[in-house]
Amino acid sequence: MATTVETIAEAVTPEFEHSNERLRRRRGALLALPAYLYLIIFFVIPFGIVVVYSFATRTRFGTDLSGWNLNSYRRLGDDLVRDVLFRSAWLALLTTVVCLVLAYPFSYYMATRSERTRNLMLVFVMIPFWTNFLVRTYAWRVILGTDGPYSQLTSAVGLGSGRLLFTQVAVVLGLVYGFLPFMILPLYASIERVDPRLLEASRDLYATGFGTFRRILLPLSMPGVIAGSILVFVPSLGAYVTPSILGGAKTTLLGSYIVTQFLSARDFPFGAALSFVLMIVMLSATLIYFRKGGRTL
Amino acid sequence: MKSNGKATVGILLALSFLATACGSDGGDSAAGSCEVGQVDGDLALYNWAEYIDEEQLDEFAAEYGISATMDTYESNEVLQPKIAAGNSGYDVIVPSDYMVGILIAGEHVQALNKDLIPNLSNVSPDFANPSYDPDGSYAVPYQWGYTGIAVDTEVVGTDFPRSWDIVFSDFAADYSGRITLLDDPRETLGAALKSLGYSLNTTDQSQLDEAQALVSEYKDNLAAFNTDSGDELITSGETAIAHGYSGDMFTQFLETDDPSRYVFFVPEEGGTRWIDNMAIPFDAPHPCTAHTFINWLLDGEQGAALSNWNYYGTPNSASIDLLDEELNAFLTDPTVLTGGQETLESIIDTGDFETNYADAFSRAKG
Repeated sequence: MATTVETIAEAVTPEFEHSNERLRRRRGALLALPAYLYLIIFFVIPFGIVVVYSFATRTRFGTDLSGWNLNSYRRLGDDLVRDVLFRSAWLALLTTVVCLVLAYPFSYYMATRSERTRNLMLVFVMIPFWTNFLVRTYAWRVILGTDGPYSQLTSAVGLGSGRLLFTQVAVVLGLVYGFLPFMILPLYASIERVDPRLLEASRDLYATGFGTFRRILLPLSMPGVIAGSILVFVPSLGAYVTPSILGGAKTTLLGSYIVTQFLSARDFPFGAALSFVLMIVMLSATLIYFRKGGRTL
Repeated sequence: MKSNGKATVGILLALSFLATACGSDGGDSAAGSCEVGQVDGDLALYNWAEYIDEEQLDEFAAEYGISATMDTYESNEVLQPKIAAGNSGYDVIVPSDYMVGILIAGEHVQALNKDLIPNLSNVSPDFANPSYDPDGSYAVPYQWGYTGIAVDTEVVGTDFPRSWDIVFSDFAADYSGRITLLDDPRETLGAALKSLGYSLNTTDQSQLDEAQALVSEYKDNLAAFNTDSGDELITSGETAIAHGYSGDMFTQFLETDDPSRYVFFVPEEGGTRWIDNMAIPFDAPHPCTAHTFINWLLDGEQGAALSNWNYYGTPNSASIDLLDEELNAFLTDPTVLTGGQETLESIIDTGDFETNYADAFSRAKG
């Protein structure tokens, strides 16, 4: 049907309008050129190098790019790799859930304030970005360490001097702290867009507060939930700095396992294969999530 | 002087990825036509961060009427791909022991023309024939140090085992949460191997399995596996026992109010002695300048100036008497080397077995 309409439209459109259209498209492409260049230089080419290396062979003094093979991919089936992957996925999932639980009420509160308050709160959410992430993580080391504020607090309330530093709790705390803004911002954006009259109507029709949340607010803010969860889950899965600095690198996670391949084992092919598979897994998870999310919206 | 700041290293590595390629020739000295003290251009030095005083470099430059520039790295693994790729533009590099072996095997460093380095006679016999470069044909020792254990005696007292039992036995349980080990497969598994009486360069999988089990058994007593800040963690009171590099520990101790409360020793079963070396890349643009610089730094006074600035040990026998007193006292302290010289080993590249070390360490951590 559509084709017929288009064909007719095509037939009645004068030639000069076609060339006009082409010109406009060309200009559009020109505008996108910097973005394309950026993606090609900083994503496509490096990604290509990673893929090429993943099929190469580790040698004593480098990487032999001749003679492609699948040896690095075979090693991905190791129980060690599986354990590392599960451990990292569990940590990322925990971080995402904690972020979501903390960020949702906060975003709702923020979205329902006056514009002035809202903007002020947004600034507060963004302020941590003004300082380098590494510096902030080291600050947590002081806060959670021996004789730090946390330890003083636990002593003051009679729990003895507690040290959270170098525990799993410290790792989750550090990750949640680091990634919380990435959950808040998309959540806020989508909650703010929900028409408050819909929530009022729901209450008018005798829905409970929770019912309104579950049947009106949550479904309508789902795009924010999905976007926020992806933005938190993906970097948490490969987190390297936080587990090393706050967790003391006591368990092997995906990020540190990949770093080990490059900086200790000098096994670039295996490190590249791990990185490649990590990217593919995350990309497909994202796609599936979006598709599925898209249907329920 | 080993890896510091792995995060930055990762970024640098990602960048060097772009430049990495294979295939090169080299091996033979390109400095056949140089004369002693001759320079054939400016010096480009590629060195570890905080390893030489820029003023000392300027002194060299002024003396020979050239300019000297330095770039720095924080890991041998960052250095190696850059040199192997060729066209690095560097005249002198400072790889550690095992990395010298790798660079030689890859023909990425050139043979030295020893006639151009008369000050080689200053190199102490202890360092003249290292296992990674048996005739000293490719590398000249720059600085050295031990890997061992630092103890805060105000917490632990003075009655502690001078052996690896301090971390790999029930003794460690008394200081649970206050111990760090290096986050380095070769160093930490090496410590466990030494503790078991094996060589830290073993390529016997069953010995490595035992070492892995040992690390795994006592890892719950650890605060952290940490390479970057084990020295700061002990002087800040966060930990009481720390596995680390002698120079790092010593410098850190001296920054505290009471350095005498800290003790550093190499356990009696033995440990690592590492040596960083000067070498010339196969395609160094100015091989004459490179040889002249190496010779200049091997001068007794220059060697002492180097150590007095970075506080690592000097391999230069003509420099020993010129060292700062506190540095010399530390380097010659008989209680440091509890098991004697013969228990020490340098880490040697084990070829394909390196991946077994990396995986064993990952498994030990769990």
